Amino acid sequence: MALVEATNTTMQFGGLKAVNDVSMHIDEGEIVALIGPNGAGKTTFFNMLTGIYKPTSGTLTFDGGSVSGKKPNQICRMGIARTFQNIRLFSNMTTLENAMVGRHTRSKAGPWQAVLRTPNFKREEAATVAEALKRLQFVGLADKANELAKNLPYGAQRRLEIARALATEPKLLLLDEPAAGMNPQESADLTRLIGRIRTSGVTVLLIEHDMKVVMDIADRIYVLDFGELIAEGKPEEIQKDPKVIVAYLGMGAEAMLAKA
Amino acid sequence: MDIRTNVQSGSWLKGKIALAVLLGVLVVFAPVLLQGFQTMSFFVRVLGIIGIYVLLALGLNIVVGYAGLLDLGYVAFYAMGAYAAVILGEKFVAAMQTISNVGLRDFLVSSQFLVMLPVAAIIAALTGLALGTPVLRLRGDYLAIVTLGFGEIIRILATNDFLGLTKGAYGMMAPIAQPLGLAQLQLVPIAIPAIGFNFIFSVNLYWYYIVVLLIVLAVFVVRRLDNSRLGRAWVAMREDEVAASSVGVNIMTSKLWAFALGALWGGLAGVVFANAQGFVSPESFTFMESVFIVTMVVLGGMGSIPGVIVGAALIAGIPEMIRGVAQSPLLAGVIDPTLASAISGYRYLVFGLLMVIMMAVRPQGMIPSTRRAQELHPEDEKVLEEEDQSLWDIKHGADRSEHDL
Repeated sequence: MALVEATNTTMQFGGLKAVNDVSMHIDEGEIVALIGPNGAGKTTFFNMLTGIYKPTSGTLTFDGGSVSGKKPNQICRMGIARTFQNIRLFSNMTTLENAMVGRHTRSKAGPWQAVLRTPNFKREEAATVAEALKRLQFVGLADKANELAKNLPYGAQRRLEIARALATEPKLLLLDEPAAGMNPQESADLTRLIGRIRTSGVTVLLIEHDMKVVMDIADRIYVLDFGELIAEGKPEEIQKDPKVIVAYLGMGAEAMLAKA
Repeated sequence: MDIRTNVQSGSWLKGKIALAVLLGVLVVFAPVLLQGFQTMSFFVRVLGIIGIYVLLALGLNIVVGYAGLLDLGYVAFYAMGAYAAVILGEKFVAAMQTISNVGLRDFLVSSQFLVMLPVAAIIAALTGLALGTPVLRLRGDYLAIVTLGFGEIIRILATNDFLGLTKGAYGMMAPIAQPLGLAQLQLVPIAIPAIGFNFIFSVNLYWYYIVVLLIVLAVFVVRRLDNSRLGRAWVAMREDEVAASSVGVNIMTSKLWAFALGALWGGLAGVVFANAQGFVSPESFTFMESVFIVTMVVLGGMGSIPGVIVGAALIAGIPEMIRGVAQSPLLAGVIDPTLASAISGYRYLVFGLLMVIMMAVRPQGMIPSTRRAQELHPEDEKVLEEEDQSLWDIKHGADRSEHDL
């Protein structure tokens, strides 16, 4: 059974259908890329899947349960974690604290336990720190644990956002343009990191404009244009798909390519 | 494991401990000295009042400083505590009168305020929950306006003798009961006639120490909360609500906790206020009181415990000090009484001026928390604010199409 199942999902803002009748599925263990020109509805799809928007129509299920209408924190608990297109860290918290916030759903000691510093609370705090550190190590930020998030270099901030998402122990990780603004070296590192995330048992859905990253790592690709799904397939199929070429390069492009 | 950013060097830590000990000694013994001298005993009462404001400011700091919610009606919880202490305290005392054993009866009657402390704290916290549940969906300015309205509602209910409980504008007397242990404390007066020192453990001093104990408790609790799952959720939520909820923080629950835990200290302060003052009336719970408490938090440094304490002490203390000094018998020969009272009448003018200067020069407060100071650096301002608003609008059905497609 598919991990994510979108059936005829539509998101309408007034007269605009940002996502129009999209059906797709993501299987467990896959790396799936969602691509398309700017304004195609990719981030809107992410926002529906993470509970920021509620789909206007259609169904959206994750791991057998419906996602639509749930709050972001409930969806996080179900096992979806995400990063944001423009990095959204808790910039005045340390790197470690950022990852510790990610443990929120995986810990439960209440205020009373915190005030009384019960053995249970202490155990849980220690576990929270340990788990958070483990995620920082995973993305290679353990040595920066005590630095404020906003003082980290750009690439490290991207990785911290991933670490924070991983700290929630997701089944599915959504990455919104993780390679944006990265140099080739950094995006190659990122590609390897995404590979390791998959190996660790987490399914990945990523939005990405860097085609090198996408083609290197994605098992399957979905292409959105003006809110509609125009293509689906393996990287090599997508590269040759005329509709995709038109969407990216415009009407004349296909003819030109045919001539060449 | 220490996850704080500032690494504390050993010698600095020693200095800090020395300072804490010095302050502790001052807090405990200075009032004894003041009480001993006739002309100074007035200040013990002032210190008690300052203490109540410190407690209020610490409570509001949870809401404003940690959770980042602007509450302009905090005085409502203070009022709830004070009225609960008076109304239920009276009932409690009446019920205890039926006990035939004199010793036990007197003990229970005298400890009525101790019983009222948890009762009022719970009532205030529940009021916080009841108000918070519908209201915390609002953000920023809207929340401020609604809480302001709530503060006024409570005051107006009290003024209008709500359900015949509050006796309206006349106010109510606190239950007449010698507070627990005061009589024993008064058994040993200390007098050194040579220097005019004549110490009796006064009621004012008694309430002063009660407040100090509550403040110590508040600091203890707040610090531990700050350093916990909930504390981290508060900071995360304050920094970026969308990101916080996407990593699993339940925004509503975290805000409600902040509201209830903040209100609780307001309730406790109310109990002490009612009993120390011996009288409660709606006049004590005006909007200006809420404003003062917010000012204490902001001026002292949001989210910083020492900052908030200093802020409260200064704001509650300065006007009283100006009045005290202007009208003190020491100056009676220098300033004539009408001028003195005129000066004390202008005390809020001076105080307002101080505030304006302070906010212009040092917006992060006198003793800012490290984190808050960082947040208030203008160069960090982000476009997130706008984006949050657009997400919010869309979630609530407003038609927005240009964002995040």
